[in-house]
Amino acid sequence: MKQLSPSRKKLANNAVTYGIVVAAYLIIQVLNAGGMVSPSIQGQLVPICAYITMAISLNLVVGFSGELSLGHAGFMSVGAFSGVVVSLSLQEAIPSGPVRLAVAMLVGAVLAGLAGFIVGVPVLRLQGDYLAIVTLAFGEIIKNIINILYVGIDETGLRFSITNEAALGLAAGGRAILKGPMGVTTNVKLSSFTAGFILVLIALTVVLNLVNSRAGRAVMALRDNRIAAESVGIQVTKYKLMAFVTSAVLAGAAGALYAMNYSSLAAKKFDFNTSILVLVFVVLGGLGNIRGSIVAAAFLTVLPEFLRKLNLDQYRMLVYAIVLILVMLATNNETSRIFFASLRSKFLGLFKRKGGAR
Amino acid sequence: MSLLNSLINGISLGSVYAIIALGYTMVYGIAKMLNFAHGDVIMVGAYICFFATQNFGLHPIVGALLAMVVCTVLGITIERLAYKPLRQAPSLAVLITAIGVSYFLQNSALLLWKSDPKVFPQFFAFPNANGELQESFSLFGGELTITYVAVFTVLMCVVIMVALTLFTSKTKMGKAMRACSEDKAAAQLMGIDVNFTISMTFAIGSALAAVAGLLLCSSYRTLMPTTGSLPGIKAFTAAVFGGIGSIPGAFLGGILLGVIEIFAKVLNTNISDAVVFAVLIVVLLVKPTGLLGKTIREKV
Repeated sequence: MKQLSPSRKKLANNAVTYGIVVAAYLIIQVLNAGGMVSPSIQGQLVPICAYITMAISLNLVVGFSGELSLGHAGFMSVGAFSGVVVSLSLQEAIPSGPVRLAVAMLVGAVLAGLAGFIVGVPVLRLQGDYLAIVTLAFGEIIKNIINILYVGIDETGLRFSITNEAALGLAAGGRAILKGPMGVTTNVKLSSFTAGFILVLIALTVVLNLVNSRAGRAVMALRDNRIAAESVGIQVTKYKLMAFVTSAVLAGAAGALYAMNYSSLAAKKFDFNTSILVLVFVVLGGLGNIRGSIVAAAFLTVLPEFLRKLNLDQYRMLVYAIVLILVMLATNNETSRIFFASLRSKFLGLFKRKGGAR
Repeated sequence: MSLLNSLINGISLGSVYAIIALGYTMVYGIAKMLNFAHGDVIMVGAYICFFATQNFGLHPIVGALLAMVVCTVLGITIERLAYKPLRQAPSLAVLITAIGVSYFLQNSALLLWKSDPKVFPQFFAFPNANGELQESFSLFGGELTITYVAVFTVLMCVVIMVALTLFTSKTKMGKAMRACSEDKAAAQLMGIDVNFTISMTFAIGSALAAVAGLLLCSSYRTLMPTTGSLPGIKAFTAAVFGGIGSIPGAFLGGILLGVIEIFAKVLNTNISDAVVFAVLIVVLLVKPTGLLGKTIREKV
């Protein structure tokens, strides 16, 4: 077999990833047209796309930048609620659903990116466990703030309050959109599988291009050896922040997509557990492996539906926890790593001998 | 007077945080890892005590001791199975494993003991002059009420703090712990069994977690599988606040954080958590080594 050059190999690898996503979309659309997709799976299509985007974006931070972020759901939350507020307040101005969804996702992404910037500047000065715990803290703070935030709209524009609905002081004809702990109630579902598919493609394009660029190599150099990277003139804050904000932007868009798929949504949904869930997708898919993230996110989002049918749903989170521990032990323990490496070389050796004989 | 009342509540809550923070700070000092599952060990301890006293009718003190024994065993088991194989691994891997352990404990508790909140029994009630059981006593003609559990919590915290300080400074085991936290390889060369020392640290931390679980649930009276997670994270905040690795720091950080949380709660109940986490962020940015922590220089 002819050896591919590294860049060619990367290109081929990326093409396979795009191919899988496009093929999955086409297959599901065809099956859907034939009425072969069960309603429970159909309801999961948009969340799957949202979670895939979340996993891709978190992988950028955890896998490529090497910083454990435990507050990713916070950015999803910012995107979700700002997206819903935008979509509901532009109901008259933009009658077309898909356009409004696009605008909402764009605004959600921008605001989440802004939040990512505000959070990222202080957070990225820290390292290791401290960084992880501070992202967790920011995630909780975002959840707390949205939990007490009231947003309403009347003819004078948007009104905000942190006490209660009455304090919004809405004029006649105005309505409250975000009602603190009650969250938001949308009357129309704007999200569609196609919109989710487009978002996944955008996320893929952004992340794969970033990773394979000069900036991406700088980010990975900082992950592998911060001091060495700094000494050759790579700016730590700039590149770490670039990865972090990009990740937040994508999470915000995913949040807006996710929110517009449900008729009601509260800030409680985007808590620490959601952050961990996305982390599980990333870790199981493989740190720094985008294709793995996609497959893991899709598989693990559909899995509960099957487990529910088998009445095993209650064990799901327990199994996730065990799998998380085992994967970490298998990939990071010296003994097990040597074992897997020898298994791999044996397997490859077998393969080569066969190739040689031919 | 309400100010003083809040202050007492704050110190009481802070004492619980301080006891939990000790577990974090000792493990962090020696194993250099953030034991995310520590908060869930608290929850297990509280459940053990609950069932020992409610279902088997044991005396509360026996229940507390039983909880401490179970948590100690649990702590050592977790360390052996999940953390020991990762001694040389990057901290990201260890942290994710610890999160996995935390989730494992929470979900096991959810399956074993169901999600409905249990009302924790009140052990700290004493008869007053008329022979009625009272949870609290009044001072200054009834203007200031203090619960017995608050007094006991603060006393317990001080006793534990003094005992631990003596333990680490005077005993052989304590010296071994300090040696391991300085330099594991050198400690091993001096004939210290590093693995045993780390196990002992987990054992002490987990036994303290059981005590903390008992005290926490005696103050707040509800017990759920998720009871331990938030106090656990806040106690970590307290440990960082005081300077991680430092025992007096854990005490100071715990008390301060408890007081801050109660006062924030008086101002607005919904944002008290946000205030606590904001404190963590400010501390880490202004003085990353905490109030009493040592500065560690980065080496190439």
